[in-house]
Amino acid sequence: MSATIDKAWDLLEELTDPEIPVVTLRELGILRDIRQSPSGLEVVITPTYSGCPAMGQIEDDVRQTLESAGLQATVITQLSPPWTTDWITEDAKQKLRAYGIAPPHTTDSSVNTIHLSRNKPSSQPIACPHCCSNRTSVISQFGSTSCKALYKCLDCREPFDYFKPY
Amino acid sequence: MNAPVDYLLHLADNAVVLGQRNAEWCGHGPILEEDLALANVSLDLIGQARLLYQLAAKRLGGDATEDTLAYFRDDTSFRNYTLLELPNYGPLVGYAASDRDYATTIVRNFLYHALMSLVWQELGESPDTELAAIAQKSIKESRYHLEHTGDWVIRFGDGTDESHDRAQKALDYLFPYTAEFWVASDVEAQALASGAGVDVSNLHQAWNEIVEDTLAQATLKKPVVKGYVSQGKQGVHSEHLSYLLTEMQSLARAHPNATW
Repeated sequence: MSATIDKAWDLLEELTDPEIPVVTLRELGILRDIRQSPSGLEVVITPTYSGCPAMGQIEDDVRQTLESAGLQATVITQLSPPWTTDWITEDAKQKLRAYGIAPPHTTDSSVNTIHLSRNKPSSQPIACPHCCSNRTSVISQFGSTSCKALYKCLDCREPFDYFKPY
Repeated sequence: MNAPVDYLLHLADNAVVLGQRNAEWCGHGPILEEDLALANVSLDLIGQARLLYQLAAKRLGGDATEDTLAYFRDDTSFRNYTLLELPNYGPLVGYAASDRDYATTIVRNFLYHALMSLVWQELGESPDTELAAIAQKSIKESRYHLEHTGDWVIRFGDGTDESHDRAQKALDYLFPYTAEFWVASDVEAQALASGAGVDVSNLHQAWNEIVEDTLAQATLKKPVVKGYVSQGKQGVHSEHLSYLLTEMQSLARAHPNATW
C-alpha cells in the first residue's frame, strides 16, 4: 500500500504549477496529501485563490500523470485549512527568486486584522529579485496572476512580480 | 447545523453579480493596472460564487449544479444586494461620459468589501464547516479588495477637485443602498436561527468605523441615510439586474448543456 503512495508522490513530484513552471505543486503547498481509501487512491489538492483558473489544469495533470503510470486516482479539492503562502518551502522560495519573482514573506498576525495599507506598520522590505536592493515600490497591487503584485526596483529600475504573502 | 441553501445563494449571488459588473471594465480600465486589478477582483468573486453554488447544488441534490443556479434562475430568484447590480455609470447618467464611472465602481466595491471582511470573518467560525471553509478562503481575498479600493477612495477623495467631486457624487448615490445590509431578511434570520449565519446588525458599528476612517482620510462626507431601504436580497430588484443577467446568462441559455 505505502509503496503505491510513495510511487504516486514520486510521479507527482514532476508536476509544476501551470503558471509558475519553476516550482512543483508540492513545493507550493497545492498538493496536500496522497492516501489510500477503500475506493482507491486519493490525491488531495487545495486551491491558492478561490478563482484560480489553474485548478482545472492541475487536476487534469495529476490524474493524467498517475494514469500514464497505471495508477487510478480520485482527485479531491479540499478548501480547509485554507492555503497560505507560509506552506511554500524554502527551496521553492529560492527558485522563485532565481526566476525573477520576489518570494512572499511569512505572514504575521497583522495580516489578519482589518486595516488599509497606509495604516500598516512598516513591513519588511521586499527585495528586488534581480539586484537584491531593498529600495523597491509597488506599481500595482494586482499582477499577471491572482497570487502576484507588480513592483519596481528603484535602483536597477527593473519591474518584477512579488508573490503576495497570503 | 448547516446554513439554509437560500442563505448560500444570497452570498453566492452577491459575489457573482458584483463579479459580473466589475468584469465590464476588462479591456476598458482607466489605466492598465486597474484594468488588471478589476479583472482579478472579478476572478476572486466568481471563484467565491462558484464554491458557494457548488455547495448549494450539492445540498439541493437532484439536477442542481453550479451552472443551473447561476444561469437558469430568473432575476426575482436572485438574492443579491441591490447595491451590487446598479450600473457602473452611477450618477453620471445623462452625461456625455455616462458609459462607466470608475469612482462609482470603486466606492461600490469599497462599501461591499468593508462588509464582507466582517461577514467572512464571522462565517469562518460557523458550525457549518463547509461554509466556514469557503469563508476562510474568501476572507483573505475580501481584505485585499478592501485595501485596494480603500486606497483608491482616499486617492480620489483627497485628489483633484474633479476626482473629489466624482467620488462624493458616487458616495451620495450609492450610500443609501447600504441600508439594506442591516435589515435582516427572512433568509438571514433563518441562517442565524440555524446557528450557522451572522447577525448583520452586530457588524454595523465595525463597518462604520472602517468606512468613517477611510472617508475622513479621503475628505469625503458620509451621507445621511434615511427613507427607502432596497430589498434586492429579498428578490425585489432594480431593473438593472434583469439586463445584467440577460447578458450573463444568454450563452448558457442559447446552448444548454454545451461543453468546450
